[in-house]
Amino acid sequence: MKQRIGVFVCHCGINIASTVQIERVVEAIKEYPGVVHAEDYEYMCSDPGQGMIRARIKEKNLTGVVVAACSPTLHELTFRNVTALSGLNPYRCEMANIREHCSWIHKDVDKATKKAIKIIKTIVEKVKLNEELTPLSVPITKRALVIGGGIAGIQSALDIANAGYQVILVEKSSSIGGHMAQLSETFPTLDCSQCILTPKMVEVAQHKNIKLYNYAEIDDVSGYVGNFKVKIRLKASYVDWSKCVGCGLCIEKCPTKVASEFEQGLAPRKAIYVPFPQAVPNKPVIDREHCRYFKTGKCRVCEKVCDLDAIKFDEEDDFVEEEVGAIVVATGYEVYGVQNIGEYGAGRYKDVVDGLQFERLLSASGPTNGEIRRPSDGQIPRRVAFVSCVGSRDPELHKPYCSKVCCMYLAKHAMLYKHRVPDGQPIIFYIDIRSDGKGYEEFVQRAQEEDHVTYIRGKVSKIYEDNGELVLLSADTLAGMPIELRCDLVVLGMAICPSSGVDELTKKLKIQTDANGFLTEAHPKLRPVESLTPGIFIAGCAHAPKDIPDTVAQASAASSKVLEMFGQKELSHDPMVAWVDEDLCSGCGVCISLCPYDARELEIKEGKRIATVKEILCEGCGSCIAGCPAGACQQRNLDDKQVIRMVETVLSRG
Amino acid sequence: MQDFEPNVVVFCCRWCSYAAADLAGTSRMTANPQFVVIRTMCSGRIDPEFILDAFAKGADGVLVTGCHPGDCHYVNGNYKTRRRMLLLEEVLEQFGIDRKRLRCEWISASEGGKFVKTIDEFIGTIKKLGPIDGIK
Ligand code: FES
Repeated sequence: MKQRIGVFVCHCGINIASTVQIERVVEAIKEYPGVVHAEDYEYMCSDPGQGMIRARIKEKNLTGVVVAACSPTLHELTFRNVTALSGLNPYRCEMANIREHCSWIHKDVDKATKKAIKIIKTIVEKVKLNEELTPLSVPITKRALVIGGGIAGIQSALDIANAGYQVILVEKSSSIGGHMAQLSETFPTLDCSQCILTPKMVEVAQHKNIKLYNYAEIDDVSGYVGNFKVKIRLKASYVDWSKCVGCGLCIEKCPTKVASEFEQGLAPRKAIYVPFPQAVPNKPVIDREHCRYFKTGKCRVCEKVCDLDAIKFDEEDDFVEEEVGAIVVATGYEVYGVQNIGEYGAGRYKDVVDGLQFERLLSASGPTNGEIRRPSDGQIPRRVAFVSCVGSRDPELHKPYCSKVCCMYLAKHAMLYKHRVPDGQPIIFYIDIRSDGKGYEEFVQRAQEEDHVTYIRGKVSKIYEDNGELVLLSADTLAGMPIELRCDLVVLGMAICPSSGVDELTKKLKIQTDANGFLTEAHPKLRPVESLTPGIFIAGCAHAPKDIPDTVAQASAASSKVLEMFGQKELSHDPMVAWVDEDLCSGCGVCISLCPYDARELEIKEGKRIATVKEILCEGCGSCIAGCPAGACQQRNLDDKQVIRMVETVLSRG
Repeated sequence: MQDFEPNVVVFCCRWCSYAAADLAGTSRMTANPQFVVIRTMCSGRIDPEFILDAFAKGADGVLVTGCHPGDCHYVNGNYKTRRRMLLLEEVLEQFGIDRKRLRCEWISASEGGKFVKTIDEFIGTIKKLGPIDGIK
């Protein structure tokens, strides 16, 4: 096709015109092969400027447009829209950046003018080879999957469901609620965790738009943004929940006791159990690993006492498939194990507990009904030491990051301990106090001033048991003195880490994690709740340690991203993707390993291996293209020929 | 050699180094004008052949720029670039091209100053090397 390109040179007031001689540019470009029209105007982006371009496209029957003005980052979209309005394909319009990259960065008028001409010629060469493209459109399944039923997942699911879309919520344990259900009171307001959480749990269970799969895991994920297929494994619970009414008789009669996960090992539960009294749904499961019948073949007491015939020892894992358009990953955290900290006894001392265990000791529904009693002998501890940064901020041995919540919850712990044991002595060992949330600094002040919590700046080097007491060795780095402190109970502010199993899940979802196993966001500032895989969003501590307010905010942000997607009729995708010349492709598969998005795939076509492109997954980075040894793979509107022509133009003298 | 005006091709990825070049302009910094920028989505798009071809057609220098390692908007495109450029440097010598004529630099969107400094330094180096006399 004979090209008829129009070039429109902008003065940008004096921004371009004072360094680049516009007339000279127009004269030179007019003569350039392929260009049939060149014209200048003071402000090309203004209404009259845009009108001029529209008129010329029609009058001169242009097949391509080059706007020589500012950076395409600023106005590429503007001028492509102008082009489209005149019936010319918008991808036949490009901008030549003669402001930021020329008039503004150079002073010599002659050189800048020559350079402007060269820049424009380079872009004219590109436009000559630009194809007419249309954005790819993809249908969307307007249902969302939320993985994880802690506060992040609950918030996300409710937001999306309340907007009128269906949500599939998958939780691996038998009840939703997550770690927040274990907490006693929350900083900095000291409102009861259960009181603010349980109504939300009930709302999830009763919501007409939420389908809850508890005691379930993600088995497999395929598809892409707008069109995921998810296979969910429903773990055998050995109880028919449709029959069970939750009377609890089976639990009462079960002869086997094991340490309760919910109580952090501080109290027993039965082998058939509901994790905690307010569980949602409130239906028991049999812990196959510990159940006497599964271990020995004898017992079946629960079955005998169940009038409703709800016990099903022969149940097996089941699978369901769901189709969704978007996924929110809210898999939460777990506490770094005390066993990793040798100098603090590695879990050998009963009276050295972690933060979650202390939450259970504080909880009115906990193993001590909220009375603070030490695990070893049930005595009320007279002096309690709280140690911050255990396993956090320790790049050599443990985790390099700050776990963010420990400073605050230890202040809360010390405060609540003082409320329960008024003559007790709470002492916090800290390195720095980080209290950067709303009302947080005031809260720490209150702990010190009103509740007389002692803060000692120093890292604890060793904890050991001596005569029924614990001895802490540390230093007061402000006073410059070594410290040896005897106390009755030690609470460790342990680092928090991503939940186990997340690694496997991220592989199924094809999303990235950082060096510490936390999920990676698409951009740390501007895209904080999106993963790099389109259609998959992240929320809560799975992304990084964070407190409840931040978690809830992030969960709602993730939902709003999902809703942004669901608000569209179809998804549109940039068409500047990779494509393959099937005659040249040898099916070597190099591109497949180079693609970070799994957009390249080997297919057999007429007996020949061809590496195809799943356009919808392709983000157009071009890595596979540069790596293709046969030159079979190209990028739409930036193919090798175009780049080579542009380079030639840059190098042509004159 | 005084009035030798080199011809330099600069590849920029649209997310970081192209934005850095924009910022240099917006901040009214001044750079040597003997270069033209070619924009790709990611530095990972830059085929070593483009560079060989540029030298064959008379480029006195080629500057490849992208996001800092770890910051690539397409996960790891710039790591691939780094590998390719290292290999290419080896090849250049075999063609009789001084490896100093090719440079690879990571410039973030906020580093307008680094963009200008890199350009000026690089063009300075090229001026010292003199015009390229083809691939051997
Ligand atoms: S996007 Fe800048 S190097 Fe990949």
